[in-house]
Amino acid sequence: MSLPAGRTRAAGGGALAVEVRGGAVTLGGRTVWRGLDVDIGAGEFVAVLGPNGVGKSTLIRAILGLVPLASGRMTVLGGPPGGANASIGYLPQRRSFETGLRVRGVDIVRLGLDGDRWGLPLPGGGRRRETQSRVEEVIGMVGAAAYAHRPIGEVSGGEQQRLLIAQALVRRPHMLLLDEPLDSLDLSNQASVASLVSRICRDESVTVVLVAHDVNPILGYLDRVVYLGPGGAVCGPPAQVITSQTLSRLYRTPIEVLRTGDGGLVVVGQPEPPAYHSDRHG
Amino acid sequence: MAVSGAHLSWNLARDVHQLLAFHFMVNAFRAGGIVAVAAALTGWFMVLRRQAFAGHTLALVGFPGAAGALWLGISVSWGYFGFCTAAALVIAAVPHGDGHGYSQESAGIGVVQAFALASGFLFVALHRGFLNGVNTLLFGSFLGVTDHQVVVLLIVAAAALVALGIVGRPLLFASVDQSVALARGVPVRPLSLLFLLLLGLTAAEVSQITGTLLVFALLVMPAATAQLLTIRPVLSLALSVAIALVVTWAGLAVAYYSPYPIGFFVTTFGFAAYVVAAVVRRLAPALRSRGPVTP
Repeated sequence: MSLPAGRTRAAGGGALAVEVRGGAVTLGGRTVWRGLDVDIGAGEFVAVLGPNGVGKSTLIRAILGLVPLASGRMTVLGGPPGGANASIGYLPQRRSFETGLRVRGVDIVRLGLDGDRWGLPLPGGGRRRETQSRVEEVIGMVGAAAYAHRPIGEVSGGEQQRLLIAQALVRRPHMLLLDEPLDSLDLSNQASVASLVSRICRDESVTVVLVAHDVNPILGYLDRVVYLGPGGAVCGPPAQVITSQTLSRLYRTPIEVLRTGDGGLVVVGQPEPPAYHSDRHG
Repeated sequence: MAVSGAHLSWNLARDVHQLLAFHFMVNAFRAGGIVAVAAALTGWFMVLRRQAFAGHTLALVGFPGAAGALWLGISVSWGYFGFCTAAALVIAAVPHGDGHGYSQESAGIGVVQAFALASGFLFVALHRGFLNGVNTLLFGSFLGVTDHQVVVLLIVAAAALVALGIVGRPLLFASVDQSVALARGVPVRPLSLLFLLLLGLTAAEVSQITGTLLVFALLVMPAATAQLLTIRPVLSLALSVAIALVVTWAGLAVAYYSPYPIGFFVTTFGFAAYVVAAVVRRLAPALRSRGPVTP
């Protein structure tokens, strides 16, 4: 699983994990976004933000090659989208397991490692030991050892999210695509999962692209944000993008960004209720 | 059924000798063993995938299949296998939601099932005068199994299990975690179709022995019991097979010495196993909290 050769070099000199130029996606005759320019540097922690239905999940799915570009160009880890999926860990949107599902967390993590392999695992091989130790290692990394052997449907939302991050990490990916991993978590779990993801990003040199509805739990860790809106998209450092001026342009309506006492951001004047929410792959 | 002259004694060796004295009983044990293993493994995935309704329908489709074959005067096996695989294809074509779960599938499956039963009724009416046969189609015929049938059962079961072994892991992945499996390149839709075909083959196979109404005794009960008892996948599969074999062979043995039908005993033992497992699972946390916790 070595890194694909010939990573694109950005003008600034750093390697790019994802590069989009003039990208557009059409789903069922509707243009989700167009004219999208995105640069995501290798090893960066990047958030994809924006209101419901602007195509945040679609961007993730386009990076995975699951949704084709209608026009424009996209390079992912130096190749076409979908070509490097073996080096990408993916956590889809709002995935929870039925309470009655009799499968352990450790099995879910393990399926992330060898679930796509045909045939039966041979007993007693060296590969089996290797698999087991990698699964244990990654479960330890996310701090899920205490509940990894319980049925996944019976652990809490935050615990499921940690196990799913472990699953996404188990193949030592170069990039993690996390679609709203903080959604449906309470505030303290949001903070701890956010810090876990940032630690993984730094310690394991993994590029992280995280779709979020609320930027505040991750704001302190971000290198860059991709803000999608009805009026287009902007990609850049958070301080430059999350401003009254930029967001007013993206939303095509006056927006005010306020800074709270603890460094958080409040976006006022969004033309949508604070939904908790329904933008399925929107 | 109670064979005349057969008496249960405390001498186990003598009992077993008596059980296997007749060739029809040997074939019953063979056929029962084959369908038990096939049903236990395929049923395990069926229970995990929450596709019991599809399994039930595929089992019932065996009835019009066999009745139609009798009416046309062709081999009943062809009727079972032909109708069950065709029904699997029809169910696979029923559109269902993108997400996990097959809840939206159920209405379409119900339609297939209703029509299948009605066709079976028609075939029975067209083929006048085999009303005794209807009973056999619905409730099974463990005791009339020929050597040729055993060979056919063995070949089909072996083929189905080899296929299941090859696709087992990706199928498990697709069953519990469809979206990630898809992103990892697992062919989720083809696997879903293949599994329905395997389920159809297994249902056809089991139908020929247990009858179409009692297929579930082997398809659902051992798998559901095993999944109650353990959450380790490999152990659970092994347990499912063991329960299916014990239930089938014990049912055959007990029925040999009793005047009542085999299907009743097989199903009752399966039911008892499930109830015991459910009680054990309910009590297990209380018992565990007293003793030392083992990981």
